[in-house]
Amino acid sequence: MLKDYLLPASVDEALQNLQAYSGKAAIIAGGTDIMVNMAEGKVSPEALIDISRIGEFKQIEEEGEFIKLGAGVTHTQAARSPLIREKALVLAQACREVGSLQIRNVGTLVGNVVSAQPAADAAVALVALEAIAEIADLQGKREEPVEELYAGIGACKVDCRSQLVTALRFKALSPNQGSAFKRLAKRKALALPMLNVAVVLSLKEGAFEWVRIVMAPVGPGPVRATASENILAGASVSPEIIEKAAAAAREQAAPRDSALRGSAAYRRDVLKVLVRRALQDAVSQAGGSL
Amino acid sequence: MSKLKVAFQLNDKDVALSVDPNDTLLDVLRGQLNLTGTKKGCGKGECGACTVILDGEAVNACLIPIMKVMGRSVQTIEGIGDEKNLHPLQEAFIDKGAIQCGYCTPGMIMSSKALLDKTKSPTQSEIREAIAGNICRCTGYVKIEEAVQAAAEKMRDS
Ligand SMILES: Cc1cc2nc3c(=O)[nH]c(=O)nc-3n(C[C@H](O)[C@H](O)[C@H](O)COP(=O)(O)OP(=O)(O)OC[C@H]3O[C@@H](n4cnc5c(N)ncnc54)[C@H](O)[C@@H]3O)c2cc1C
Ligand code: FES
Ligand code: FES
Repeated sequence: MLKDYLLPASVDEALQNLQAYSGKAAIIAGGTDIMVNMAEGKVSPEALIDISRIGEFKQIEEEGEFIKLGAGVTHTQAARSPLIREKALVLAQACREVGSLQIRNVGTLVGNVVSAQPAADAAVALVALEAIAEIADLQGKREEPVEELYAGIGACKVDCRSQLVTALRFKALSPNQGSAFKRLAKRKALALPMLNVAVVLSLKEGAFEWVRIVMAPVGPGPVRATASENILAGASVSPEIIEKAAAAAREQAAPRDSALRGSAAYRRDVLKVLVRRALQDAVSQAGGSL
Repeated sequence: MSKLKVAFQLNDKDVALSVDPNDTLLDVLRGQLNLTGTKKGCGKGECGACTVILDGEAVNACLIPIMKVMGRSVQTIEGIGDEKNLHPLQEAFIDKGAIQCGYCTPGMIMSSKALLDKTKSPTQSEIREAIAGNICRCTGYVKIEEAVQAAAEKMRDS
């Protein structure tokens, strides 16, 4: 049961609040995960520390070659940001798929990462962007790739009893680079992803310079389609090579039969199609021709 | 039970209350303030029946802890019109037959209002995005879309 609800105005104040409750308080950002978990009795903190009043957390900024998102940035903000739409389209597309507008208006990208669900839409796109999370505690700051924060289904390496994610940062894409997000779900809103795929790639002189493909839920967290990435790296852009890479993703993925998300056989077949379509979109954005 | 103090704007008036921090905005609206226009369907963000407008954006009141609205502005269905002065959206929902049982209607109207407050001439896909988080078991949505378009037109003309 909650006894208190705190609204700190700064990162330091929030960290001190966390320390004062020594593990018995929880951070709340948008609340769309933690409110459900509290109602179901999965967590029962004595206090909530609401980070929505920390001014700097609302910002989306370009910092040199990076784009930096404060920890309070919502899915709606990211989906509509002209900067993200231009230089990290995969993330805008992923955030647009989350829940419903009401959920996107309050739910944050950082909350999506910390909740560590296997197919969290924004997190899958952030892994493809090789995003870094900035993490603060009373001792100081550190940085960790979002990909490495996953510690199993629903488990995140950020220690929520003493640490705060303050921002996410990733490289803005340049004109020879492209990205795309594809998703399979039963309906267009409020539906669990049966599959999602994020692609970020770079082209150079008609060939793939590098490609990052992330697929979920086919493991405990987002999974890199490494076999497909290796097939594409250095290869000339062609429909055939894209088909081959998509087929390799199908072979690498090991989705489970799921009453909610569909059979493994079905999802592997669709996965191949989603990877192909994401690659095609990303190639054309990067100025490549197929 | 420890009570906390919360102050916010509700339908353009200042309110100050003593609340249980475990309550949601929806609990307080319905249980403490008797504003039962805002409905409770699922209680977990999946139906939109509890939609209210918080600082200009549609949100699910069932997922907002009451203390989160401290210092902010909340608008509910009670704040946008009454029997004598219907809001253009309320009129249009009646005129177009966009209401059957009515349970989803306050939420639908608040989602639509959040859209029309910002977007004078919404496209069909903008309307669909705005109301996709509101489930209606009766109407089939087509008449609701028509009602939102009709209200937008009326609001542009006035
Ligand atoms: C109806 C419904 C539909 C949904 N649909 C989708 C969907 O389609 N796709 C999807 O990916 N997700 C979905 N979600 C899940 C959820 O909305 C997202 O994961 C959202 O991004 C969570 O963000 P939040 O700010 O609301 O998190 P909160 O609930 O506020 O926090 C989540 C967790 O992160 C911790 N936390 C938050 N911020 C920080 C921080 N800065 N530092 C440290 N810890 C922090 C909290 O302590 C908590 O443990 C849905 C949820 C609901 C209720
Ligand atoms: S009651 Fe809030 S979304 Fe269903
Ligand atoms: S009118 Fe009955 S649920 Fe919409």
